Amino acid sequence: MELLRFATAGSVDDGKSTLIGRLLYDSKAIFEDQLEAVERTSLARGDAYTDLALLTDGLRAEREQGITIDVAYRYFATPKRKFIIADTPGHIQYTRNMVTGASTADLALVLIDARRGVLEQSRRHAFLATLLGIPHLVVCVNKMDLVGWSQERFEEIKAEFRSFAMRLDVHDLSFIPISALHGDNVVERSANMDWYEGTSLLHHLEETHIASDRNLIDARFPVQYVVRPQDQHNHDLHDYRGYAGTVAGGVLKPGDEVVVLPSGLTTTIAAIDSADGAVAEAFAPMAVTVRLADDVDVSRGDMICRVRNRPHVGQDIEAMLCWLTPQGDLRAGAKLAIKHTTRWGRALIKDLQYRLDINTLHRDEHAGTLALNEIGRVSLRTTVPLFFDEYRRNRATGSLILVDEATNNTVGAGIILGPTGVA
Amino acid sequence: MSTSAPTQPDYELTHLQALEAEAIHVIREVAAEFERPVMLFSGGKDSAVMLHLAVKAFAPARLPFPVMHVDTGHNFAEVIEFRDRRVAELGARLVVASVQDAIDAGKVVAETGPRASRNRIQTVPLLEAIESHGFDAVFGGARRDEEKARAKERVFSFRDDFGQWDPKNQRPELWNLYNGRYRKGEHIRVFPLSNWTELDIWQYVAAEDVELPSIYFAHTRRVFQRDGMWLAESPWVTLLDGEEVEERTVRFRTVGDATCTGAIESPAATLAAIIEETAVTRITERGATRADDRISEAGMEDRKREGYF
Repeated sequence: MELLRFATAGSVDDGKSTLIGRLLYDSKAIFEDQLEAVERTSLARGDAYTDLALLTDGLRAEREQGITIDVAYRYFATPKRKFIIADTPGHIQYTRNMVTGASTADLALVLIDARRGVLEQSRRHAFLATLLGIPHLVVCVNKMDLVGWSQERFEEIKAEFRSFAMRLDVHDLSFIPISALHGDNVVERSANMDWYEGTSLLHHLEETHIASDRNLIDARFPVQYVVRPQDQHNHDLHDYRGYAGTVAGGVLKPGDEVVVLPSGLTTTIAAIDSADGAVAEAFAPMAVTVRLADDVDVSRGDMICRVRNRPHVGQDIEAMLCWLTPQGDLRAGAKLAIKHTTRWGRALIKDLQYRLDINTLHRDEHAGTLALNEIGRVSLRTTVPLFFDEYRRNRATGSLILVDEATNNTVGAGIILGPTGVA
Repeated sequence: MSTSAPTQPDYELTHLQALEAEAIHVIREVAAEFERPVMLFSGGKDSAVMLHLAVKAFAPARLPFPVMHVDTGHNFAEVIEFRDRRVAELGARLVVASVQDAIDAGKVVAETGPRASRNRIQTVPLLEAIESHGFDAVFGGARRDEEKARAKERVFSFRDDFGQWDPKNQRPELWNLYNGRYRKGEHIRVFPLSNWTELDIWQYVAAEDVELPSIYFAHTRRVFQRDGMWLAESPWVTLLDGEEVEERTVRFRTVGDATCTGAIESPAATLAAIIEETAVTRITERGATRADDRISEAGMEDRKREGYF
C-alpha cells in the first residue's frame, strides 16, 4: 500500500470541511467518540448542524473563534492507499500555513463553489500549489446540487480555470463536479450527473500515479550523520564507517562512482546498509547508510552524488521566498541563519527583486519589504557553499528555510530558482 | 518488511516503508544536531516501535542516547519487566523519573480518593529530569491521530524555559527541514511517529516482529467496570459502591498508569487478530481506554501547555 500526501485549501464556505468530513466518514476514519464529541460541542454552541470542522479544529482558540488557524493533519486509508491530509485554512492571512501544508504534498485539492465560480482565492490556492511544486492539481467544483447539476456551469468554470492555469506550471490538472454535502462524486460516482464521465474524487486519489513524480535521475545523498560504532566487544565493527542519510534524488547502487562535495574527492560506493542488511539500491526517500570504498573525509552537511551529475555548488542563489513571521518584515541586507538539506549556514539577503501579488501574479519591483504571508524573489549569498538544484527539478535539494538568529524562529521558506546570474 | 529490500516495481515504497524512513530521518536529525537527546520509553507499543526505529537508525552502532521512563509507581508488572529486558538487550542507559520520589520529596501532592490518578503530576518529575540531566531534545511516541490538540503539533515541538507548549506560537515546519535551534534552558520535544496511526503501528509491529508487553494481547484479568471502561484490579485503586471485580478476557490498547488505563474486552490474542479488530473499531484508543483524557474538551491541550508529553 502506497502513501499519498495531499493538501486542501479553503474555508468552511467552500464546503472544504464537509468534503474532508465525508472522505473521513465514508472511509471510516472518524471514530464514534470523536463524532459524539463534535455533536456535543455543536449542540452546546447552538449550531444548526453538526459542524465537522470541529473534528479538525483542535485548538481552543480555533474552536472559540470557529476558524482553522493552523495546519491540521488527518489520516485515512482505503485498501489501496494510506492518505495524509494537510488541511490548511484558505484565507490570505494564512498563506504561510498553506505553504507549510503544501511543502510535502503530492497532490492539491482546490475547491470552487459552483455558484460563485473561480474566485481570487481559487487562483491563489492554485498558484501556491504550483509554486510549491505539487505535481497534481485536482479542482473540485462543489455544491453542484445548488446549480441544478448543470454541465454547462461546470464546463464554464473549467474553461475559466484552465485559461488561468496556462500561466502556471501545472503538470496534471483534473476537474471533478461534486456535492460534498450529498456525497455526489466524492466516494461513489453521482447518479445526478450522468454527463460526467470521469471518476469519483476518492477513486482519483487512489489512482493518481505519483511514483514517477520523484526525481530518480539525479543521485543526491546529503550526509546526515556519521555512523561509527564504538564497541569494544565487537572488533569486526572497529573499522566500520558509514554515512547515514535520506536519499534526496536518483538511485544509488554499490559500485557507483561518486564524488563527495565539497571536497571533490571521488570514490565508489562499497555498500548500502540498512538495519535489515545490505541493499542492492537506494532511492528517494529511503533512509540508509552508505559505505565508501576509500577512506575519504566526509561529515554531516556534505553531499554524495555521481561524478558526471552534480548539483550547483555555490553561495549566490536566486529564490522565491515566503515570509512567515509577523515579527518584522524582510528587507534587503537582512542576515539570517539558513538550513538547506543537512547543512546550516548564514545568509545575507542581497536584493529583493520584486514582491509578487499572489492573487494577480503582478510583480511589484518597487517593493522594499516582504511582510508576513508575502512572497517575493530574492537574491541571497550564503557563508558556506550549498549543493543545490532548481526546486522544480528536486524539491529536497531545491528548498531552504531561514531562521532568525535572535529568536530561533523559522521566518522564511525558500524555493530555489537557480544560481545567481544564470536563473 | 524493509525499507531496504523494495520488491515493488517503479521504485515505490509501501506506506510503512515511507513512514519508517521519515521517522528514521527525524531521529538521525536529532542525534546530529542536539548535544543531549533522550528517548522516552514507557514500554507501551508506540515507544516500543519508536525504540525499534532508533535502533535501526544507527545500526550497527549502539543507540547514541539514553532512554527515560517516567514512572508513576502504578505500573503493570509485565510492562516493567519488558522495559528492563529491552534496555538490557540494547545495552542502553535507562533514566527513571519517579513520581513517587517527587511525592516523597514534597514536590507534588498526590491526588487522593478512589479516583486518584498520578497522570497529571507526571509532568513535574519529567521536567525535573529534563533539567537535571540537561536534556535538550526529548523524543516522545505521540501520534497526531491520537487527539485533536496533537493533530496540530509539530514534529519538532519547541518548549520554553518552563517546559511549556504554546500552540499559537509554533514554528512553521516545511519539507523535512527541521529547525532544532534553542537557547539554554529551552528544549525541543520530538515526535518521530507524528504521521502514524494506531493501525500503522500494529501493522508495523507485525511486519517487523516488534516485541511488546504481554498485556497488549488477550488474557484473563480481574477487572471492574468504571465510566464504561474495564479497569484492572490493583493495590492503588479503591472500589466505589456498586463496583465489582470479575474475571474477563481483555487486552489493553494503550499502556499508561494502571489506575487510569482501561482494558477492552477482546479475544484478540495474536497480532493478526488485533490488526483485524483495529481496522474495524469505531472508537479511538484514547476514548476507549484513557480516563485522563476525558477531563475536558481541551484536556490534552491544557496538559501539554504545562509540559506534559
